[in-house]
Amino acid sequence: MGEKVLMRGNEALCESAIIAGCRFYFGYPITPQNEVPAYMARRLPEVNGCFLQAESELSAINMVWGASVAGKRVMTSSSSPGISLMQEGISYLAGAELPAVIVNIMRGGPGLGSIGPSQSDYFQATRGGGHGDYRTIVLAPQSVQEIADIMIDAFDLADIYRNPVVVLGDGVIGQMTEPLVLPKPSTRTLPRNDWVLDGASGRDARVVMSLRLSPPGALETHNLHLKEKFCEMERNEVRYEEYELSDAQLVIVAFGTAARVARTCMQKARGLGMKVGLLRPVTLWPFCADALGALAEQRRVKAFLTVEMNLGQMLEDVRLAVLGRKDIFFYGRTGGSVPDEDELFGKITEVFS
Amino acid sequence: MKAVYERPRTLRDTPMHYCPGCGHSIIHKLLSQSIDELGIRERTIVVAPVGCSVLIYNYLDCDGSEAAHGRAQAVATGLKRARPECVVVSYQGDGDLAAIGTAETIHAANRGEKFSVIFVNNAIYGMTGGQMAPTTLAGQPTKTTPFGRDPKEIGPPLRMCELLSGLEAPAYIERVSVHDVKNVLRTKKAIKKALKNQIEGAGYSFVEVLSMCPTNWGMTTRQASSWIEENMIPYYPLGVYKDRGKERNAK
Ligand SMILES: Cc1ncc(C[n+]2csc(CCOP(=O)(O)OP(=O)(O)O)c2C)c(N)n1
Ligand code: SF4
Repeated sequence: MGEKVLMRGNEALCESAIIAGCRFYFGYPITPQNEVPAYMARRLPEVNGCFLQAESELSAINMVWGASVAGKRVMTSSSSPGISLMQEGISYLAGAELPAVIVNIMRGGPGLGSIGPSQSDYFQATRGGGHGDYRTIVLAPQSVQEIADIMIDAFDLADIYRNPVVVLGDGVIGQMTEPLVLPKPSTRTLPRNDWVLDGASGRDARVVMSLRLSPPGALETHNLHLKEKFCEMERNEVRYEEYELSDAQLVIVAFGTAARVARTCMQKARGLGMKVGLLRPVTLWPFCADALGALAEQRRVKAFLTVEMNLGQMLEDVRLAVLGRKDIFFYGRTGGSVPDEDELFGKITEVFS
Repeated sequence: MKAVYERPRTLRDTPMHYCPGCGHSIIHKLLSQSIDELGIRERTIVVAPVGCSVLIYNYLDCDGSEAAHGRAQAVATGLKRARPECVVVSYQGDGDLAAIGTAETIHAANRGEKFSVIFVNNAIYGMTGGQMAPTTLAGQPTKTTPFGRDPKEIGPPLRMCELLSGLEAPAYIERVSVHDVKNVLRTKKAIKKALKNQIEGAGYSFVEVLSMCPTNWGMTTRQASSWIEENMIPYYPLGVYKDRGKERNAK
């Protein structure tokens, strides 16, 4: 076990990215993730890396493409409005099968919204976000330790599947300071980089593109190949955590900061004899639909309660997994507000009565 | 028998999709010749735009990367910083570079990114069928300016060399043309110089090439050449707008 250090979420994710071998960062300032570019600007030069403040998120994501196509580990970070601007680029990365890690420290929307923490980019993140038929793995940490650990995983997953990976935190995770043990570098064997552009010296020239015009049907063939990767992600990369589910009659489903609040309420309810459990998706895509489906099959499980910092987005995935077998309730706060413990506890008692 | 003309090594022996009389094919050839002469094919990476030349990577026998419409210089920035040992060329049309990608262009130039830009100004959007470009001349009819471009309504055409030469960081900015043999030779020199600058680490080099689009201008090849001579060059004067190497030598 390494030594405990005290860090802010936004800074821990940076140090962990550097441990993961990330040496390139391109981004544009936006609250509540400004500590990320500030940390990288100071830290990357120390490890012979490159930090560059781009003229926009549009440019940042395309600079990410440039370093990625060169075969380097690269990341960007932003918050909701900036991530919207990056969507074209993320779609291109997915189409061209380029790895990259994109951190979204979500704030309230729509529009300029607020700088308060939010989870309202769930739809955008889990449905691809940009145009076209694609998905990205979406990892949702709930603590400073977890965001650090997730960064190591995120870079590996991006390389393994040659696909962008989204780390979806909210303003609370980014801003809070907690003790953590910095993760170790990964020891996973990664696929060969036989697509990287470094000059056609002693080999045939390579091209990296998303455009597929010919022969007829080329794009369909390519998209079916992408689909195979997405199916493989669904088979291999679903991550979630269970709390007190073995006897639960009410299953709360929540991720990130909402899951922390939910856990506190769950414990309080259990103290009063209510059999509440919590299922916390860590990957929002691929989603833990099978685990939820299995719970929906159990007779003792009476209902589900989805808790989110939005108006009910993951709720749709919970519905798809539960398929009408049990009642599903929802409690959410929107516009940069965090779920209130008393309100949520009230909701739990209401469901039980 | 001695060959009078040979296809450059870097230019693939494959039919191009360009219209007859299109400037892109000439510029591809000049770029290929320059790459050959400098012996850099094995370390050159060309960044393709979205526009008629989107498939340039199929014609040049060197590594190639796509870029989203307008983002070529952001891609080139990431690439060159990640692979400083490579020669990175951003090849772009006027819609790509001077409309949707204006911010990327100005900021890459202003940072003095150490790559080379070839800017093909044909005063129109070729790929999408002849709409107005930022460089469309005053009075020039296009699909979206059916009565001719009215500068009072949509502003005069953008002069990128003039605009960029106001910046401190770029090393070299020149405007050339491919409408006749004499100018084709000058274009070749300019492209080669832009690459050589990069090899020597001189910094941002920008070559604007006035180029024919007979198809969307609704002209024959010959008319298109004369149109450049008579209409484009008076508004887009040819010549060197900035050359830091020269400035240094002169001091
Ligand atoms: C985001 C986006 N908007 C619009 C287009 C459509 N589009 C493709 S090429 C092009 C203009 C190309 O013109 P130019 O850059 O002048 O190059 P040319 O074809 O004349 O060589 C446009 C508008 C696109 N591909 N992507
Ligand atoms: S449309 Fe114009 S720019 Fe495009 S290939 Fe034809 S002549 Fe060239």
